[in-house]
Amino acid sequence: MRRLHKIVLILVLSVSVMGLKSYANEPAKEGAAAEEVDVKGLILEHLADSYEWHITKVGETDIAVPLPVILHGSTGWHVFMSSAFHGGHEHEGFSIAHEGKYKGKIVEKDAAGNEVRPLDISITKNAASLMFSSALLILIIMFVTRSYKKGVFESKKGFVGFMEMFIMNINDDVIKPCIGKDYRKFAPYLLTVFFFIFLNNLMGLIPIFPGGANVTGNIAITFVLAMCTFVIVQIFGTKEYWKEVFWPDVPLWLKVPIPIMPAIELVGVFTKPFALMIRLFANILAGHSIVLGLTCLVFVTVKLGVTMNTSMSVVSVLFSVFINLVELLVAYIQAYVFTMLSAVFIGLARVEPHHSNKEHK
Amino acid sequence: MSLLLPETGLLFWMLLSFGIVAFILVKFGFPVIINMVESRKTYIDESLLIAKQAYIEMDKVKAAGEAIVDNARREQVQILNEATQTRDLLIKDAKDRAQSEGQKMIDEARKQILIEKEDAIRDIRRQVAELSVDIAERVLREKLEKKGEQMDMINRLLDEINISKS
Repeated sequence: MRRLHKIVLILVLSVSVMGLKSYANEPAKEGAAAEEVDVKGLILEHLADSYEWHITKVGETDIAVPLPVILHGSTGWHVFMSSAFHGGHEHEGFSIAHEGKYKGKIVEKDAAGNEVRPLDISITKNAASLMFSSALLILIIMFVTRSYKKGVFESKKGFVGFMEMFIMNINDDVIKPCIGKDYRKFAPYLLTVFFFIFLNNLMGLIPIFPGGANVTGNIAITFVLAMCTFVIVQIFGTKEYWKEVFWPDVPLWLKVPIPIMPAIELVGVFTKPFALMIRLFANILAGHSIVLGLTCLVFVTVKLGVTMNTSMSVVSVLFSVFINLVELLVAYIQAYVFTMLSAVFIGLARVEPHHSNKEHK
Repeated sequence: MSLLLPETGLLFWMLLSFGIVAFILVKFGFPVIINMVESRKTYIDESLLIAKQAYIEMDKVKAAGEAIVDNARREQVQILNEATQTRDLLIKDAKDRAQSEGQKMIDEARKQILIEKEDAIRDIRRQVAELSVDIAERVLREKLEKKGEQMDMINRLLDEINISKS
C-alpha cells in the first residue's frame, strides 16, 4: 500500500512538472498573443461526437485515427475515410460545417446553396468506441462462458471467478429481488445491459485511445438502452399491468368523465424509460465535463504567472485523480442503477392480480 | 443543445452493436453461466444434505454398534455369573457325592468290621469250645482211669440228663 502511495505521488508530481515545463514557457514565447483558452468549446468538443478519433497533437500535426464516413446524400451512397476532410477540405460535395445549426457535422449544399444533412451513418468516434467495447464485452463474457461449458462443477479461480462473483452478485442482489419469481427470463438481458454500460463507462474513463470516448454520455446510446427496457416492459406487461394503466384502482370520478388517472399513468409509462435515459446520460456527461474542466485548469491559469500555474497544476492533477476515482465509482453505480431500475420496471409490469396476492398472504 | 439530440448514425450503430451484443450474450453467454452456477449450487446443497444424512446414518450405526457392544458385555457378565454358579454347583455336587460315597464306604467298612468281628468272636468261641472239650476230655480221662468212678460218672450224667429231660 505504501509503495502504491509513493508511485501515485511520483506520477502526480511528474505529470504536473511536465505540464509546467511545456506550458510555463509558452506565454514567454508568445507573450500577449497567447490565445484565450476556450474551455467551453474544448469541453463541448470532447463531449460531442467527431468523425475522426483525435489522439493528440504533436507540434502542428494532428495525430488522429481516421474513421470511415458513410453517407447517403443527393448523389447516392458515399463511403470514404474521414481523413479526406483534413484541413477543412471538401470531399465529394460534402464538408464539415464549421458553424450554424449543423456545426461539426457533415453537410452538403443543396441546389439553393443551403446546407443540408445527408443521411449520415458514419462510424464516428463514439460508434467506433462502442463497437470496440461491444467486441470486448462479447470476448470477455464468452471467455468466461467457455470455462463453464466443460460441465464440471468446480470453483472458478482468477478472472473467471471474479466475473462469476460479479455476475451472480448482480443476478442475485439486483435482478432477483427487483423482478420477483420469473426473474430468470429477464436476467440475461439485464446482465447484458449492466456489463454493457459498465464497460462503456470504464472505457470512457481511460483517457487514451481506444478509450476516452463519451459513449454512455451520449444520448443516442442511452436512448437505445432505455428503449430496449421500454419495449421489454410493454411486451411482457401482464393484463393487470395494463389494467392499472388504463383503469387504475381509484375512485370512479378520477377516470370516467375526464380520464385523469389513466392519463397520469400513461405519462408514467413513458417517463420511466425517459428517466433511465436522462440519468445515465447526464451522469456520465457530467463526469467527463468535470474531469475536462479540471484538466483545463492547467491551461487557463497559464496567464496568471508561473507560480500560480504551477500550484494550480498540482491542484488540478490531484483533483483529476480524485474525480477519476469518483467516476470509477459512478461508472459502477450508474450501470447498477440502470439495471436495478430496469429490473424494477419489469417487475412492476409483471404484477399479478391483487386478489390472488391476498390469497397468498 | 446538440448534445440532447440523438444522432441518426450513432443510433443506428448503437442499435446494431447493442443488438448483436445482447443477442450473443442473452443466447450463449449469461444463461450458461447462471445455469452452471445455479446447478453447482444445487449440487453443493444436495451434497451437503447427503453428507448430513450420512452423518446421521453413521451416528445411528455407531449407536447400534454401541448397543451391540453393551449387549455383549451384559451377556458376558451373565455368562460369567452362570459359569460361576455352575462351578459352585458342580463343586458342591462333587463334594456331596464324595461325602455320601465316603459315608457309604465307611458304613460298608463298619459292616465288614462288624461281620469280621462276629466271625472272629465265633472263631474264638469255637476255639474256646474245642479247648474246653479238650480240657474236659483230659480231665475226664484222668478221672475215669478207675472203673468205679467211670460208672459213677456215667450214672450221674444219666441222672442229670434224665432230670433235665423230665
